[in-house]
Parts: sequence; structure tokens; C-alpha cells
Amino acid sequence: MNELIDALMVLLVLMNLRLLGSSRLAACIRIVATEGIALGLLPLLLVWSQTSASSVEPGLSGRMIFLSVASVLTRGVLFPWLLLKAQRDAKVRREAEPFLSYPLSIIAGVLTLVLSFWLRSRLPPSFASGPPLLVPVALSTILVGLLVVVSRRLAISQVLGYIVMENGIYVLGLALVREIPALVEMGVLLDAFVAVFVMSIVTHHISRQFDHIDVDQMDSLKG
Amino acid sequence: MYFILVSIGILLLGGLFSFLCDHRQNLSRALGVGGAVAGALVAAVPAVIVLFGGIVDPIRWPWSMPMGSFWLALDGLSALFMLPIAVLPALAAIYGGAYLRGFRGKASLGASWFFFNLLVASMVLLVSARNGVLFLLAWEVMSLASFFLVTMENDRPDVRQAGWTYLVATHIGTAFLLAMFFLLGGPNNSMDFDKFAAGGQGGVIFLLAIIGFGTKAGFIPLHTWLPEAHPAAPSHVSAVMSGIMIKTGIYGLVRTLVFLGAPAEWWGWVLVGIGVLSGVLGVLLALAQHDLKRLLAYHSVENIGIIALGLGLGVVGLARGNTALAVLGFAGGLLHVVNHAMFKGLLFLGAGAVVHATGTRQIDQLGGLLKKMPWTAATFLVGSAAISALPPLNGFVSEFLIYLGSFHAVASPTGGAAVPALVAIGGLALIGGLAAACFTKAFGVVFLGEPRSGLAANAHEVPAAMRTSMIALTACCVALGVLSPLVVPLLGPAVSSATGLPLETARQHLADIGRPLTWITGGAVILLVVLGGLALLRKRLLAGREVGQAGTWDCGYAAPTARMQYTASSFAQPLTDMFRLFLRTHRKGRQVEGLFPRDAQLVTHTPDIFHDGFFRPTFRGAGWLMERLRWLQHGRLQLYVLYIVLTLLVLLVWKLEPSLTAGR
Repeated sequence: MNELIDALMVLLVLMNLRLLGSSRLAACIRIVATEGIALGLLPLLLVWSQTSASSVEPGLSGRMIFLSVASVLTRGVLFPWLLLKAQRDAKVRREAEPFLSYPLSIIAGVLTLVLSFWLRSRLPPSFASGPPLLVPVALSTILVGLLVVVSRRLAISQVLGYIVMENGIYVLGLALVREIPALVEMGVLLDAFVAVFVMSIVTHHISRQFDHIDVDQMDSLKG
Repeated sequence: MYFILVSIGILLLGGLFSFLCDHRQNLSRALGVGGAVAGALVAAVPAVIVLFGGIVDPIRWPWSMPMGSFWLALDGLSALFMLPIAVLPALAAIYGGAYLRGFRGKASLGASWFFFNLLVASMVLLVSARNGVLFLLAWEVMSLASFFLVTMENDRPDVRQAGWTYLVATHIGTAFLLAMFFLLGGPNNSMDFDKFAAGGQGGVIFLLAIIGFGTKAGFIPLHTWLPEAHPAAPSHVSAVMSGIMIKTGIYGLVRTLVFLGAPAEWWGWVLVGIGVLSGVLGVLLALAQHDLKRLLAYHSVENIGIIALGLGLGVVGLARGNTALAVLGFAGGLLHVVNHAMFKGLLFLGAGAVVHATGTRQIDQLGGLLKKMPWTAATFLVGSAAISALPPLNGFVSEFLIYLGSFHAVASPTGGAAVPALVAIGGLALIGGLAAACFTKAFGVVFLGEPRSGLAANAHEVPAAMRTSMIALTACCVALGVLSPLVVPLLGPAVSSATGLPLETARQHLADIGRPLTWITGGAVILLVVLGGLALLRKRLLAGREVGQAGTWDCGYAAPTARMQYTASSFAQPLTDMFRLFLRTHRKGRQVEGLFPRDAQLVTHTPDIFHDGFFRPTFRGAGWLMERLRWLQHGRLQLYVLYIVLTLLVLLVWKLEPSLTAGR
């Protein structure tokens, strides 16, 4: 089943690059939602690949299925819904002029991938078990998320970057620990949910108060 | 050793519940004061056991903090500091319960009690900690708790300014301490005190300790926070901070000397130099002050100087193998720590009583309080005599030990240590004389004569709780002085653990000075008998006669005014003129001219030369430099995140790329 996992990873990379190159907010939100659904399936695939390989490990448990479903629902349905609503309320359709132009963003995204593969080669061997693409793609997703946070002006884009970074951390966690304790995973999900919830509300209020959600113009608040 | 834990527990719980019950004033106060008194008394038990030669089992628990271990122990040195840490805050808390009534509604008293108890608990932990991480933790808690105590009246801009000065000073000190602990812990890669080693860098570590601990203790020129913070704090807090908190700097310094083992002679020279400088300049600056609590704050600098002088002589003695000098120097310095805690605590409480009664700290607004506040005046007088090192009070005993050590060094045939000893003798004599002059001024202008303002004229004696604390501290001052032949031998364990000399040697040298000390006690008894006899005689002579009362110093004038009296400035003028090279007092106003002068006025102000001449330009320069870096802080969140990302990436690459770290 490693081929399927690798395919998923490649899909993740492509979606990251597409996110970096897209200016329309609605499209960006949908990309992130798709990423969320794909990642929700990842733990199931991982368990499945192991079971078929050794048949010693326990198969699908109810807990794993529950986690997958919860993850898909929050990342794939709830977050996009909140964000699309915030976007409609704020009446912004596209990111007009990011700090880093879209072609350059894509190039930077590719560079993060290169850096991630290099980092993977330097990491201690214990990190390198399991499917080979998992760790570098996870690192690259974290970096892409940070890149979005750094390079975009709109508050919604920053929320998107934050979610992408969370996605990367999730994959990295799966790669390193394989079976994340349920409590931890629920905590991460709750954390992300509250963050998105709060940020979408804040975005909404900011746009009502200032008629824009351009973070760059808020630097007059500094001390 | 469980006493220490129980004590810290009581202190923290008392403070916490006092804070939680803030809305019920009386309950909150009872919890705060009760917690402080009970906790402090429990902490005193193991200290007394150790000082009388007993042994207290240490506690050593593992701790998840990196390089940390929860290790508490009490040797003679710790016990000697623990005793005033227990006594002074307990009395100050009783006093503060009444003193803080005046602040109802102006500040959160529950929070004030919380930080007060936290401060005491951190000091208890500090002197018993045997691990660097635990020590630094207690040190920071102590600094922060005292910062919040200083800024209790944070609606006043001058208090906020004082708080900032203190916060900056204490953190600069801690920065040096961090470096020092890393150097000490480096060789054995452990922060436990028994694993500390100098690793050939004793001199550097010593200098770091001087700066780091000296900032807290108030060595000149690192003292500038003291005259700001002490007047700003409530008086019972000033008493604790000046009486014992700044001594934790001395504790740290002596503890570091223990880590470093055999000292180099120049360390002693540095300490003697700092001691003379702090002592003389401290008392001179005190002499020129018009604010009663600021004056006392400068006297803390002076007394820290005396302590440093004693320790410096002790270090010279250790380096030269002159055990008598070593024992007497350390004993004098350490005993002065205890003595200063008692009389300076007493004096700050007395100053607080004056502030409580009159609402002003300006000496020139006061006067004639002796008649209105007899208890405060009497206790303040005893404190003044003690700080001026007059026998038979306690201040004399510790300075006497330092004098004895110095004379011993001068007379010793091997010589060598004679020069620092002579410096110490000259310095101590000058300091003692100037301190006596300064307290003649403070006591005379505040308590004698006639009231100089309505504030002083309407003064009243303070409540019983405040009087009790002052009387108890007075009793301590007298007892430590009169009973000195019994007190001094108790220094044996402390001196032994501070110097590394065997307990027997320390006890031997301390026993040698028993005889002169008995003379002091004898003299004191004779003095008291004569005084009592004279008082009885006066009473008998006056019996049956009418005793007239007249205004003080009216000198036969038909219409005297209170403005004819000496003021604080005019009393000190001959001395401040003599030392104007150091003081640089600003004068403003016209001199009196002609036979019938009109409209003369004089305003004097003595700035702190180190504050205005060194720290202000330094910090202004630093501020200018930081302003140049302002472009980094532009308010763009995205770029802030970018800084963090880049830092993390560089660290990750640096850590993972073997060729970059190959040399390590």
C-alpha cells in the first residue's frame, strides 16, 4: 500500500504548490479543505499498509476510524465552512498584492521541498523509518504554511497558512509516532478548531471595524 | 529540614488566602500577618539548632528541571542568615498590619500581603538551596516579589519610576549571576553546589559575583536602585528589603567564596576597596539627604560597605594564612549582617511611624516629635546609636570585631596584611564618625526642637502593633550588644563554613575576644546603673518643686519661630562643604546680606553622582543604540513570523549539518 501513501504525499505537495500560486481566496480555502480530507485518510492507510505487510499488528480499530472521521469533518467541512463564511462577510475575493509574488511563492515552495529532503537525509535513522516520503513532505508542508503566513496580507490567508502548518505537524506526528494517542490528537484538533473559530470571528470584526482585513495596515497599533 | 518546607508552605498559603480574601479586609490582614509570623517562626527553629552546633538533615529530591535538583540543606552560614530572615519579617508583618490601614482603598492590600509572604518564602528557600537552578529560581522570585511590593502605590509616577529602576538593576545583576553559575557548573556539568568548581577561572567568577550579587547588596557604584526603591516602598517592606533582602547579595557572595576555595589576595583588596568606597560615600550621601527614608537607604549602602570591609579583611587573612584575621574579618562582617538587619529594620519602622503620623518624609517639615511620639523617638534613638556603632549596642560589637582583626593584622609579625588593615581602620573610623553626625542630624531635626510645620504639630503616637515591633527590635539591638560575650561564640559554625577553617579554630579565635567583650558588657551595666541613679537623683531633687516647661531653643526671644531652628541642610553644611568634591551639592538661592536682610532663600539638592554621572548617560546611550534598531520592530506581523522561521531554520540546519559542528 506504500504506493497509495506515496501518491497521497505527492498530491499533498501539488496542493501546497497550488495554494502558493492561487490568488482567489475561495479556491485556497477549498484546497486546504481537500488537504484536510486527504490527511484524515492517511492514518487509515498507514495502519492498512502495516497490517497487510506483517499481519501481526492489530487492524483497524474503532478508535482509529473515529479519529479519521473527526479529522475529516473538522478539517474538510467545518474549517472551510467557517472560513468561507468569514470571507463572504468580509467581502474579499482575492489576495491583491502579496509580499511575495505568486511565481516566486511557487519557486520558494519548491525550495522548501529541496530543503526538506536535505533535512531528511541529515536526521537520525530513527526518524527515517516508514514510508520514505512522509517526513520530507511533512516538513515541507510546515514550511509552506509558514511561508503563507509570512507572505500574504489578508487575515484569512494567514489563517489558511496556520491550518496548513497544522496539517504538516499532523503528518510529522504520524510519521514519527505512527499511532498518536487519541487524547493528544483530539487536543490538536480542538486547538486548531478554536484557533480557526476565533480567527474567523476576529477577521469578521476587524473587517467591520476597519473596512479591510489587511494585516499590513494594522501596524499602527504597535507600541 | 522539613521545618523549612513547612515554613515555606505556611508562608505561601497565608499569602495566597490573604490575596483571595482581599475583599474582607480584616480576614485578609489576619491571614497575611499570621502566615508571615507563623512561617517565619517555623523557619527559625532549624536555624537555631544549627547555630547551637546541632545538625539538620538535608532534603534531596530529584527534580525534572534540567540540571536541577531539589536539594535543601542548612549549614552555619545559611543558619546565620536564616535567623534575621525569620525574625525581621515577622516583626515587620505585625507592624505592617497596622501600617497598611492607611492604604485601604488605595491599593490591593491582599496582593501586598501575598507578595510580602512570597518574598519571605523565597528568601527562606534561597539561603537553604543547594542547587544553582533552585537558587536562581528563588533569587528571581525574590526580586519580582519585592518589585511588586515596591510598586504597591503604582498610581504615583515616582513610585513607578523607582520600580523600573529596581527591576532593571536586579535583572542586570541576575544576568551576571547566570554567567557565573554557568562557569561554576561547567567543569562538572552539574548545578549542585557540591559539584561546583572554579575550573581555573576563579578571578572571573569572583568579579561576576561581585557585580551580580553586589547589585542586589548595593555596592557603590551599583547601589543606585536603593535610594529610589526604599523610599517608594511601604515602610515595613523597606525594613525587610533593606534589613535582610539586600543581605542575600552578601550571602551569595560569601557562598561563592566557599565554592572558589582558596582565594587570591587581590579579591580581598577588591572587597576592602569596595567596602571603604561604599561606606564613606554612602554615609556622605546620606548626610546630604532631606528625605528621611532616602537617608536611611544610603545608610544601607554604608553598612553594606562595612560588611564588605570585614569580608575583604577575612579574605586577605585566608589568602595569607593569617587565621586570626580571617576569622575576625568574616565574623565581624557576618555579625554585622545580623546587626544591620536589626537596627536598620528598627530605623525604617521608626521612619515609617513618622510618615504614618505626619504624612511626610521631608526632614525639614518635621521637628519636636519627641513629645508627641515618645516610644517612636526612644526606639529611634536606640537605633541611631546602634547604627553609629556606639557601645554597648550591637552595631559596635561587629565593627569592634573588624577593628580587632585589623589591629591583629597590623601587629602581626609576619606583616603583609598591614596595609589593607590600616585602610580598614581609617575607613571604619571615618564612617563611624560621619554616621554619628548623620544620625545626630536625623534624630535632632526630626524629634527635637519645635514642629516646623502643621504636619508635625498634629502628629500622634502610632498604634500598639507598630510600637510592639519597634520595641522588640530595640530589645534585639540592646541584647545583641550587651550579651555579646554569649552571642559571638555562636558565630563559630557560620565562620567555619564561610572560611573552610575547622570549627575548633574558629571557636578558638572567637573565644580569645571574649574578655574585651565582657568589659563592654560590664561597662554597659555600669552605664545603666549610673544613668538610673542619675534619673532617680533628678526625680528626688525635683520632688515637690514646680517644673516649668518652655519651648525648645527659644533662647529668650520674645517671639521665636520654628524657622529659626537648624534645618537638615544647615546642620550638615560644614560636613557637606568639606566633602563637596564627592557630593557636588547644587545650591540655589541668595545669601543673606546686610544687617536687616530680606527675602533670602536657599535650596540644596545633592544628586547621586553615580546615577547622574554614569548610569544615566550609559542608559541614554543604550537607548540611542536601541532606537537605531527600531526598524526591526516595524509592526508587520508577517515579518515577525519570518524572523522566527528563519531563526529556527538556521538553528536546524546548523544542528544537522555535521561539517558546521565538526569542530565541537
